[in-house]
Amino acid sequence: MHILIQGGRVIDPAHQFDAVTDLYVAVGRIAGLGQPPAGFKAEQVIDARGRVVCPGLIDLCARPREPGLEHKATIASETRAAAASGITTLICPPDTDPVIDEPAVVELIRRRAEAAGYARVLALGALTHRLRGERLAEMAALQEAGCVGVSDGGRPVANARVLRRALEYAATFGLTVFLTPLDPELSSGLAHEGPVATRLGLSGIPAAAETGVIARDLELIRDIGVRVHFGRLSCARSVELVARARAEGLPVTADVAVHHLHLTENDLVGFDSRCHVRPPLRGLRDRDALRSGLASGALIALCSDHQPHEPDAKQAPFGDTESGISGLDTLLALSLRLVRDGDLPLPALIERLTAGPARVLGLDHGHLGIGAPADVCVFDPDADWLATTLRSRGQNSPFIGWELPGRVTHTLLEGQIVHAACG
Amino acid sequence: MSATHFQLDRRGRLLHFLTIEGLTRDHLIDILDTAESLHGVAERRVKKLPTLHGKTVVNLFFEASTRTRTTFELAAKRLSADVLTLNIATSSAVKGESLLDTLRNIEAMQCDMFVVRHEQSGAAEFIARHVKPHIAVLNAGDGRHAHPTQAMLDVFTIRRHKPDFANLQVAIVGDILHSRVARSLIHALNILGAGEIRVIAPRTLLPVQVENLGVRVFHRPRDGLRDVDVIVMLRLQKERMEGALLPSEQEFFHCYGLTEERLALAKPDVLVMHPGPINRGVEIDSRVADGPRSVILEQVTNGIAVRMAVMSITLGNHARPAGETA
Repeated sequence: MHILIQGGRVIDPAHQFDAVTDLYVAVGRIAGLGQPPAGFKAEQVIDARGRVVCPGLIDLCARPREPGLEHKATIASETRAAAASGITTLICPPDTDPVIDEPAVVELIRRRAEAAGYARVLALGALTHRLRGERLAEMAALQEAGCVGVSDGGRPVANARVLRRALEYAATFGLTVFLTPLDPELSSGLAHEGPVATRLGLSGIPAAAETGVIARDLELIRDIGVRVHFGRLSCARSVELVARARAEGLPVTADVAVHHLHLTENDLVGFDSRCHVRPPLRGLRDRDALRSGLASGALIALCSDHQPHEPDAKQAPFGDTESGISGLDTLLALSLRLVRDGDLPLPALIERLTAGPARVLGLDHGHLGIGAPADVCVFDPDADWLATTLRSRGQNSPFIGWELPGRVTHTLLEGQIVHAACG
Repeated sequence: MSATHFQLDRRGRLLHFLTIEGLTRDHLIDILDTAESLHGVAERRVKKLPTLHGKTVVNLFFEASTRTRTTFELAAKRLSADVLTLNIATSSAVKGESLLDTLRNIEAMQCDMFVVRHEQSGAAEFIARHVKPHIAVLNAGDGRHAHPTQAMLDVFTIRRHKPDFANLQVAIVGDILHSRVARSLIHALNILGAGEIRVIAPRTLLPVQVENLGVRVFHRPRDGLRDVDVIVMLRLQKERMEGALLPSEQEFFHCYGLTEERLALAKPDVLVMHPGPINRGVEIDSRVADGPRSVILEQVTNGIAVRMAVMSITLGNHARPAGETA
């Protein structure tokens, strides 16, 4: 299939490219930019005038809930929602049921995603057996099966000795380790330990539950030289710690969930269970520091931290509800709001959603270089829409009812059109 | 939308009673004055008023309680309501039906009021948001968040002895962190313009930035109890030792327990209060609990009148369409 994407503003941060031009796609790959390759005959033309053409987004943390929690969502339902939002690659953490600690689970996820055909789902293998934090998982086997890294799957390893061994073992095979920086004991609460939790009587999670773990882990990384990616930072001080470590040359990266850039502890007033997330929403100062960290590049990627739920999971008193926001539908739109708010320019933002995460993963995706897999997102940056019903099966989002910028008109996955908006 | 506004109708009248926070002085004075007028009922030979005749009040207790539950029961009965008390152990609720299903089932029995106690902060508001609009919800304690009728009976008791709130100094002593009683009482005293509210506790039992609630923080009774008009002792739960918040009950009593020596620091006519049930020798010495300055049993009696007042006010506002005036 030969596709011509005509007249759009092509932004390819990996090559510092930003110009209005034509993009040519042939046999699943990027075939030309500005000039058609020899013998190119467009079978389909996408009119991209007034639109932005960029690499398909890579979401570093999205839980399609399959296998194990199909009553919440499935790989088919969530990859379809991803495609409609310009996301072509989802990174699935290993806390599925069964846990991604054997090749068969990796294989199952890959087959389900291929059968659905909307987006690529790449698995992170478990760092420890069953994610219990006791014995090492068979990381080499998981790597051979296609895992793009290993992770604690949101269940931090409590035992520092086990963690140190796991980091050393992962480093042996050149695996990047994705860690959730939260001290298990200090993070048993429900909300940021601050004035709102005090008023509402919700048990607190102090900032030190995150910063303390990061500080310790950085020392382990310094000793071992393992590549570590910290997922979902929530505190101002965490950004500082990571920025300093990166400046010292430690092989460390970090991301932030987009909801942490828009919401704070104040959104919990009224016990809104849709704002029940881990790590918790923190103070205004934290939110602003996370935004600056994203702009400066201290935070290399922006993710959805997608956690779809069935309605019952959120229909209870705050402390009895499950944590997490259904985030695929709003990832790009909430990100574009940062550009409107003047936090960072559009090309830099797109970098944090494409080339940045690709760098964390060491993958040849997230750019529009000639010969690269043609994962492309075309969106109208000026089309505002009202978030009502989400395409994800999980409707658990505090952003329902928000007016959001940016409508995705086309998504290509390896040169196939997997989403085309009507009209 | 916060609970503050959610419990009021468009004219600002109480439809539910979920939290003290955000209410006006007029709301509180109305409750106190109504309670005062109902206080005499118990002394009559026939201890009943027909106010809630034909209404059904359901006590929904997801957490154990004796005092609060029985005083709510008595209050409803003295207003001639039919009363149903359901003790729903949280464990069985978790195993079986969801909270919403439980609510739907009880709703189907055509009730007019739910009195709710639940271990989770925000539970009463959650229930109020999900019940049919004709049902009034009274919060009988939700997690660490609020216990508004307890706060009202506390200020009712204080007002009967010391009506001049502007010059009132109140000390609340003990486990502020886990206390819904303390949070609600602090709001009530601030709304009524109390002179000074002090909290006295070790740092492990104080929530962060507690001073934002409008209190002065003290860590030692010898500083905090000086010249106060009212001392409110809070109950200390045994679990606090396991949570590494305190070393032992003995050390807590040694540092914070209300003894006769410490009582002497306060004004001579100080009121000693406690929401009950008391732990003798842990937060309070028996000689003080049973002594002349203690109004602890009076609080229990006053709880009935205050709960009668809140029940008749909220159900009264439900009965009248929003357009009418009282």
